[in-house]
Amino acid sequence: MKPAGALSRRDFLNATARVGSGLVIALTLPGRAAKSNSAAAARTSLDAVPGAVAGAARPGSQLNAWLKIARDNSITIIVDRSEMGQGVYTALPMLLAEELNIAFDAIHIVAAPVGDAYISPGNGGQITGTSNSVQESWEKLRMAGATARTMLIAAAAKAWHVDPAECHANNGTVVNQGRVLTYGQLADAAAKLPVPKDVKLKPRSDFQTIGKPRSRIDTPGKVNGSAEFGLDVKLPGMLYAALAQSPVLGGKVVALDSATAEKMPGVRKVMITSSGVVVVADHFWQALKARNAVRVTWDSGPNDKLDNAAIRALLKKTAAAGAGLSARADGNAASALKSAKQQLSAAYYLPLLAHATMEPMNCTADVKPGGCDLYVGTQVQQVSQTTAATAAGLKPEQVRVYTTLIGGGFGRRLDIDFIPAAVEASKAVAAPVKLIWTREDDMTHDTYRPPAYEEVSGGLDEAGKLVAWKLHITSPSITARMFPPVKGVDDSVIEAAVNNLYDVPNLAVSYSRQEIGIDVGYMRSVSHSPNCFVIESFMDELAATAGKDPFDFRMQHLGKKPRQRRVLQMAAERAGWGRPPPGRHLGMALMEGYTTHLAQVAEISIVGGELKVHKIVCVVDCGQMVNPRIVESQIESGIIFGLTAALWGDVTLVGGRVQQTNFNNYRILRNNEVPELDVHLVDSDETPGGIGEAAVPLVAPAVCNAIYAATGRRLRELPIGLQKLVKV
Amino acid sequence: MTTITVNNRMVDVDAEPDTPLLWVLRDHLGMTGTKFGCGMALCGACTVHIDGAATRSCVLPLSAVAGKSITTIEGLSVDSSHAVQKAWLEIDVPQCGYCQSGQIMSAAALLKTNPKPNDADIDAAMSGNICRCGTYPRIRKAIHRAAELLQPSTAK
Repeated sequence: MKPAGALSRRDFLNATARVGSGLVIALTLPGRAAKSNSAAAARTSLDAVPGAVAGAARPGSQLNAWLKIARDNSITIIVDRSEMGQGVYTALPMLLAEELNIAFDAIHIVAAPVGDAYISPGNGGQITGTSNSVQESWEKLRMAGATARTMLIAAAAKAWHVDPAECHANNGTVVNQGRVLTYGQLADAAAKLPVPKDVKLKPRSDFQTIGKPRSRIDTPGKVNGSAEFGLDVKLPGMLYAALAQSPVLGGKVVALDSATAEKMPGVRKVMITSSGVVVVADHFWQALKARNAVRVTWDSGPNDKLDNAAIRALLKKTAAAGAGLSARADGNAASALKSAKQQLSAAYYLPLLAHATMEPMNCTADVKPGGCDLYVGTQVQQVSQTTAATAAGLKPEQVRVYTTLIGGGFGRRLDIDFIPAAVEASKAVAAPVKLIWTREDDMTHDTYRPPAYEEVSGGLDEAGKLVAWKLHITSPSITARMFPPVKGVDDSVIEAAVNNLYDVPNLAVSYSRQEIGIDVGYMRSVSHSPNCFVIESFMDELAATAGKDPFDFRMQHLGKKPRQRRVLQMAAERAGWGRPPPGRHLGMALMEGYTTHLAQVAEISIVGGELKVHKIVCVVDCGQMVNPRIVESQIESGIIFGLTAALWGDVTLVGGRVQQTNFNNYRILRNNEVPELDVHLVDSDETPGGIGEAAVPLVAPAVCNAIYAATGRRLRELPIGLQKLVKV
Repeated sequence: MTTITVNNRMVDVDAEPDTPLLWVLRDHLGMTGTKFGCGMALCGACTVHIDGAATRSCVLPLSAVAGKSITTIEGLSVDSSHAVQKAWLEIDVPQCGYCQSGQIMSAAALLKTNPKPNDADIDAAMSGNICRCGTYPRIRKAIHRAAELLQPSTAK
């Protein structure tokens, strides 16, 4: 996935309004090629928007809508990004509400159907990922709001025979000298007016909504149990399914003995699907018990000898075979290294990780003659649509995708491996089927965060200044599997490395692709995490070699980076850099990712070889914030996610079988284990950066740098786990 | 047929006696506020109250709750007016929200027996509830806030 592309004002000019019951604002973006395995997405009529605006569009009209104002003053905002906790159902409507001058509480949110207008330019598909939801909506949704506001004002001005300049929009109404018309009263008339070509966006100084902390729109449903996740979908006549997948990753069914299972209570069907053996029953518990009673003979496939040692050996061997593809080459790193006063080289290794979303994978499919309804917590609506279509033997446009709330995404739901079996089962039993993975299914059949083997070298001159930097990354390519073809270096393996922050005249970053036989997937912060761990750990190694303080050494190489200097300086000050409390030790890390700039300082102690992380300071400059309350919670969330991975994250394979099965052997940070968090958000005029992933990567290097400060022991692989933490 | 009392309502459930209460609530009674997370009482997403005590419903067979009084997130209050829910709303605790029913039920049970918990009490009562989004700092803050709301002098 590529970084967000800038949207030009021109992109919005083909806005359309529709006459019907009210005003519909549909802003069409210029054509964007979908990724090759995405659907050539069917444009969708507003009638397809679930539950919101039936009858709004003319029959058969094609529309990509963002906003509908109805005669009854109800306002519906369509959100094209999946809500998985990162706050898009609140932040994106806030952008629109700002320009529309409406009370935020009055709006109704609808998840977008599959549609061209909802393709993310940066991601190349209708995809919630790369933390770009606010970045890409920043101008687009404010334009949608401003366009609607301008048309509503024009309609009122026409009704009152006054100049639009004498009217203004206020809290869902248009006002002129004591006269008031509501948006609902104006909606029909506004829809008949031409769409304005040049609407003005408010300057930051006029913002009433953007930048103000406010409660999330999805909180009420999440505190009374009514919020509907994929697992909660209920359809009349719905049956439940459980799935048996090959214990060895990549294996296939050879033979099925379903005699016992078929006789068990409630069982409707036992069948072989493309994903394994599915048992359909009246209730999930019945399906699960029968699933456990089926006897499947598996062909283990090529992975039955795969283990972690084999994976590591494979990556190391490929790394040794050559420098791979060049991702960036400034100056001549090789010769500058040779002639440097001091050289330092190190190799780092990062393990496989599991997403472990709290809501296990699940999908509800209802295959009917000529169509399929798919209810799924997904980050990829188009790919879900084509996947279901293939499984059902339908055309993509015959599949309607209803995106539910997501009980944790973290990139796991960019994959669609939990969809086909539900669709195949629904088709076979001619009823809606909800297929649920157990925690064990989920843990042992994840699309894991790939391992990485990274070799890094640095050269220092007489003054201890960096003159050369070489980083060679060897890892699988997720993008090559999910969005082929990848030409050249996969952008998603060189994050935080290709945009190295530090002033180094001779810099080389290269990549060797090595697949490992199992599917690996995007996980929150993707390659920012391995690369930031390597870079920020190695910066500390270089500082030690140069005999400099890690803070001073970094600042020395940030001459032209004011935003980075500022966050690092502030984090150091807040953490009391250079003067930790007795028995405590500090370590720092710096990163730019998703156009957000962050610095973290970890405060730790080690007593009897036992690590305790006491505090993490995080200073964040993410540009302008839409809702600082959500930004803060996302930063806290990222730190805790990063700390879980740093301390314990490790997926191990024996004979191609994942050894971690549940939360007892894949440990997740618990409430009593959370350090004090000091999150500071910097006020900024810059355009917004991403915040959902940005805080994750810095935790591991900050903690490991603190461990080095405490013990002199440099950890070059993760997790910290059981590695020895005694003084060297 | 097993008779159980859910949110002060007696219901007859036609399910095998070994069916975990979690699936009885979700699939048989259509009460999906209680979540499936692990199936092994490791994560707390399925927490309900049995006779007032926080209990993991994913490992509790139907046969064990006959005649017991069960409270789920749907029955904690009719209008999110329970102090814990009010505090959760005020502090804006949830992110993805999936674990929050369980978190809220654990917190409500804690406050019932200990109306003014300190941080150590919260550690002990809440460490069985995993939140992968890491809403823990806000959960802690909200429990302290709920305790305030429960004090007669400061209740609003």
